[in-house]
Amino acid sequence: MSKKITLRFLLIFTFSLFFNKYNAQTETDLGNIHGNFQIDAANYQRDTIIKADPGSEVFRYNAFGNINYTKGGFSAGARFESYNPPLIGYLPGYRGSGVPYRFARYKHKDIDITVGNFYEQFGSGIALRAYENRGLLYDNALDGMRVIFTPRNGVTLKGLVGKQRTYFSLSPGVVRGIDGEINFMELFDSLLGKSKTKLILGGSFVSKYQQDQDPTIVLPENVGTSAGRLAIIRGGFNFNAEYAYKINDPSYQNKFSYKPGQAIIASTSYGTKGFSIMFAGKMLDNMSFRSDRNATNTIDMINYQPDLSKFHTYSLMAYYPYGTQANGEVGGSCEIQYKVKKGTWLGGKYGMDITVNGSAFYALDTMGINASTDSIKHLKYSTNYGNVGNEFYHDINIEITKKLSKKLKFTMMYANQFLNQSVVQFNTLDKEEHPDVSSHIGVLDITYKYKSNSAIRFETQGFFGSYNYRDSKLDANGVKNSTNNTGSWISELIEWTPSTHWSITIADQYNYNNPIVAKRVHYYFGMLGYVNGPTRISISYGRQRQGIFCAGGVCRFVPASSGLSLSISSSF
Amino acid sequence: MKKIFSISIAIVLMFSAFTKSDGNKIPSATVKKLDGSTTNSNTFSNNGKPMIISFWATWCKPCKKELDAINEEYADLQKETGVKLIAISIDDARSSGKVVTDVKVKGWKYEVYIDENQDFKRAMNVNNVPHTFLVDGTGQIVWSHNSYAEGDEEKLFENVRKLAKGEKLTH
Repeated sequence: MSKKITLRFLLIFTFSLFFNKYNAQTETDLGNIHGNFQIDAANYQRDTIIKADPGSEVFRYNAFGNINYTKGGFSAGARFESYNPPLIGYLPGYRGSGVPYRFARYKHKDIDITVGNFYEQFGSGIALRAYENRGLLYDNALDGMRVIFTPRNGVTLKGLVGKQRTYFSLSPGVVRGIDGEINFMELFDSLLGKSKTKLILGGSFVSKYQQDQDPTIVLPENVGTSAGRLAIIRGGFNFNAEYAYKINDPSYQNKFSYKPGQAIIASTSYGTKGFSIMFAGKMLDNMSFRSDRNATNTIDMINYQPDLSKFHTYSLMAYYPYGTQANGEVGGSCEIQYKVKKGTWLGGKYGMDITVNGSAFYALDTMGINASTDSIKHLKYSTNYGNVGNEFYHDINIEITKKLSKKLKFTMMYANQFLNQSVVQFNTLDKEEHPDVSSHIGVLDITYKYKSNSAIRFETQGFFGSYNYRDSKLDANGVKNSTNNTGSWISELIEWTPSTHWSITIADQYNYNNPIVAKRVHYYFGMLGYVNGPTRISISYGRQRQGIFCAGGVCRFVPASSGLSLSISSSF
Repeated sequence: MKKIFSISIAIVLMFSAFTKSDGNKIPSATVKKLDGSTTNSNTFSNNGKPMIISFWATWCKPCKKELDAINEEYADLQKETGVKLIAISIDDARSSGKVVTDVKVKGWKYEVYIDENQDFKRAMNVNNVPHTFLVDGTGQIVWSHNSYAEGDEEKLFENVRKLAKGEKLTH
């Protein structure tokens, strides 16, 4: 990306603002210009106690700005992005600046055409999901074209072709896909429009093309995935299921196995005022699907293998998180929500919310195929679908939220978790370095609203872990320690919002019984935040512990860091 | 590059000081109703009365706090101003199944849609949730607010009342 282009982009950006103003004042129909931006910058420092080392590049930032123009059914837009270099914990491949996203789209009656970049999802995403999450710097937008055709109410047809974004360039593979969905109640409006039961059927076919340049093995150049889905909805009852099948797709991820992939995902739920129950289950076998067979991390993923574990927001609840195992897993989750009525003994004056959630995931029961059985050895393994393998993860938790008075409310939460971290997070069987973790985690979160727009929130968390090395020996001092045994933690947080514009947060996480005494340190953190309308600015200072972030079925390790951060975001 | 970066910061700060998200009509994007049917966001209307559009997710605590807080006053506010709240969930396949159960359990009387592909979120330039917009009777977006702190709903109610009376809004 040359400076010239960057400058030109900024000029357009500036011009657009004045145009926007002009437009708003004159109220002529010249269309609208709107957009948003976010800048996260940090000045890191070396911190020998928590082993944070930013190297020589102490100033880093992630920044982006979108500008969109809309007039009637026409819209066009572009995003400028810059990471020189990206913040600690993000993929270093994003270093650079440019305009990796630009599009033009026209919608008129039953047709919707996009050229340039776009995001798309077929069904639950198990066949195709081009998706962005700017906070995680996950972006696999397609660059090509897409047509969405709605010939009549209740029928949607989609077709697309393009290459996926790979950092600031494109993947070597081409992705092509079609999808159709029929909503029977909408289609036969006169007959079934009043019907209480809704039925939706859908199907998709996605294929990728990548040249075989390997001189030693024959690789399939065209790989197709087919998927079919069904949804039944009636009142508070919901049922959703999708099945997908992928032909042989040897890749770096699956260790060049030629075994076809399969996936099934299903969920069912019932909800009524004050009560709900939900079950979800899935089985994934070799369903990693990337437009570059050599890609790793979150790069060039065509599909999405959803994680069904609970999305925790309290930091110690998510200290050892789960991420979908792309090569194969089986598991499920269940959640029950109950609202205790007002005026009962338990409910009190305002009622009480109880949520119980559980999930568990296991390896597939697989058997390696050895070289003697020549004709099928390229499959590498076979799967026994009637059984499950080792446990990867479980999480059983209960959350209670209660308002005691107009001023005081609290949330209490307890969880029991298990994580097979060697396999799930580090893709190894080395239990010496990455022991299994079992934990009890507790949270108490109290909000005291002392004025109509002023409040103080206290949060206490405890993580009590035990680490299982399986057949490990003790070291010379009679203890077991490794970098991934961090013992137990406590965490305290105070958040003060004196007005609707300002907030001040002070927090400390203390690794009080790390087996290595020198690592029993405090991770202090302070933040000042300001919000005005769509604009948010925050300045923070402190230590961030090392951790694992999981997104799109991939977990990545984020090293410890220490320093001063600034974050600005707004939209217009 | 550093220079360009600081220039862009300066520009961004400059106009964040004077821009308001006003004058824009609700953009067009396809969103899903809880019964599985789809609808276009540019058809959102409330017969000339104001509308609140609130982006949320089942995993977002502040979002649910905000929607709960609004819900306590919603019936009264509706009677007084005729306002309608449209809640847009940005949950993806991991959690979109929980949208309907959350809404039912909480007894929210809002019009709820799922923006699974996040097309509407992008069209509305939402960075993070919660993000709340106010739309006037003519379908113009006249006010927006990012994040939620205790008591923020009071400001929203005040602005809804002002909008219903045709007065000027404050941040």
